[in-house]
Amino acid sequence: MPVLPEVKRKMLRQMQTIRRFEERASDDFHEGGIFGVVHCYIGEEAIAVGVCEALRRDDQIISTHRGHGHCIAKGADLKRMMAELYGRETGYCKGKGGSMHIADFDIGMLGANGIVAGGIPIITGAALAAQLVSSDRVAVCFFGDGASNAGPFHESINIAAAWKLPIIYVCENNLWAAQTPSHKTLALPDVASRAAGYGIPGTVVDGNNVIAVHEAAQTAVKRARAGDGPSIIECKTYRWRNHTERPEQADNRPAQEIETWKESDPIERLKGDLKSQQGQLSEDEWQALDKEILAEIEASVVFAKKSPFPQPESALDDVFAPVEVQ
Amino acid sequence: MREITYAQAGAEAIAEEMRRDETTFHLATDAPQSLVAEFGVQRVRATPIAEGALTGMAIGAAGSGLRPIVNWQIVTFCFVAMDQIVNQASKIHYMFGGQAKFPILFRALVGGGGNRAAQHSQSPYSMFMNLAGLKIILPSTPRDLKGLLKTSIRDDNPVISFESGRLLSFKGEVPDTDETIPIGKADIKREGCDITIVALAWMVHEALLAAAELEQDGISVEVVDPRTLVPMDAETIRASVRKTGRVLIADEATPTAGAAAEISALITEDFQTFSALKAPVKRICALNVPIPYSPTLENHVFPDRTDIIAGVRELMGKPLRESSDE
Repeated sequence: MPVLPEVKRKMLRQMQTIRRFEERASDDFHEGGIFGVVHCYIGEEAIAVGVCEALRRDDQIISTHRGHGHCIAKGADLKRMMAELYGRETGYCKGKGGSMHIADFDIGMLGANGIVAGGIPIITGAALAAQLVSSDRVAVCFFGDGASNAGPFHESINIAAAWKLPIIYVCENNLWAAQTPSHKTLALPDVASRAAGYGIPGTVVDGNNVIAVHEAAQTAVKRARAGDGPSIIECKTYRWRNHTERPEQADNRPAQEIETWKESDPIERLKGDLKSQQGQLSEDEWQALDKEILAEIEASVVFAKKSPFPQPESALDDVFAPVEVQ
Repeated sequence: MREITYAQAGAEAIAEEMRRDETTFHLATDAPQSLVAEFGVQRVRATPIAEGALTGMAIGAAGSGLRPIVNWQIVTFCFVAMDQIVNQASKIHYMFGGQAKFPILFRALVGGGGNRAAQHSQSPYSMFMNLAGLKIILPSTPRDLKGLLKTSIRDDNPVISFESGRLLSFKGEVPDTDETIPIGKADIKREGCDITIVALAWMVHEALLAAAELEQDGISVEVVDPRTLVPMDAETIRASVRKTGRVLIADEATPTAGAAAEISALITEDFQTFSALKAPVKRICALNVPIPYSPTLENHVFPDRTDIIAGVRELMGKPLRESSDE
């Protein structure tokens, strides 16, 4: 079924929201309002958005250290996200997590995770929970090409395939694992080809084509919901930014490679698609949409800045959940 | 009261709690057949030998509303899951600002005495004590094991139950009721007034035997069993030491940065308790080596009642003499 224009416009809006959010997060990080470390997803927006558009609210996802896009695509609140980056008590984690650990369990976002491949078993367990309670919700595991070389990837997919768990493993292959090009560490060029080893479908898609990602996700979600088990979708993509926003961070990527990939901007491509069709998106409408998004981002920053920092003593809260029944 | 073994007490606790709460389920590389017979293969899963994945899956299932029970079998095998234990399980509730609960019971056998050599004779609980965010129980009797396991399954946090392999066939009284024992409450296993022995797991029984023998010399020994390592019941330990003025800590783990060292610090950093001491704090632990295989070597490395008796006499300022059973 062709993707409806209103769905395309929604996805365009979400991709642009992710981009504007991260541009602002990067700026504010460099200005000192945001601490620690920030990993930007810019250039890869089509994957989170295309996949999450195929999900229900009660479906669950898990993210990586590069998690803002997944949060936004799953429906996280920009204000609470920005407040978390600003280390404020109104943030998603009350200032305990920061950029690498935003989670929103109410919308099925089981967290960004600072350990490469660390989230893969966790979301596989969420899929097991869905199976155990006979829910038809599905789980989505976002991970990178780097994680595909780690043990948890293989252990988890083997179990998911053996037990037909309702899960989709979405590899965001951005060609670089931190500073190392993936072709030097992958035995085979495609992560998806490993699916054959587990007897499950593996698909390679153009990760900068949100429609292609969305359609692949729909197929895999349908399979998972029907109880037929997991799939791997490998999305070929590229991050425009360095591994982190830290100014001293080395970047081994050739400038030409970065420029070439920028020509395949997922947002421009969807925008072009919509503009090419009569009455679906005018330049004025686009400008208005972008302005609206920028205003939302600005509002999230205002909210963050006027929110208090957590009380120092609250560092002692939430080590353990309160025990109600003994 | 009826008597059952430590192993039976553990099995009873698991079965009773799985009967009581249908959100519980069991993950281990071998499925206990009695549990499979009663609860079926859906809730009692035999996993691949992939402890990293099954540990992470328990976290994800717990965060999705279930109560996983994970049996790592021997503590040895959980080390391949250290990323999931250290980076995920112990931190995930805190890191996400307390927004989700992660009720998980992990079980692992510890201790030596079976000529199983270094990898399969370990008591590394202090490694886990050092991580804020995990509750840790170390029961020494069938009754304590059953009651603490039941409490741990009902607790809304990750709990590790370290169970001494030496005690599996040890028999003791266990009430035929739904008795739970609170986490974080020490138990005075024997009352005395001259010296306190704080003993862990198997060493509780060695301490009790030592106490009976020392009684014949007119030395009155109090044996305190912390039962829970995190949170540690420092108050009960300190109160006993304030009463007796002398303390020996007996643990079959190696001493360096161990549970015995922690207990020693809890005693000596409390001004009132420190002031009551009539002798230095003494630790009786394993020699600081990996555990060797051959019986003559292994017996040399582990402490027992003889070492406890010698230690007590030293602290009591009495001349050493040959123990009566030699």
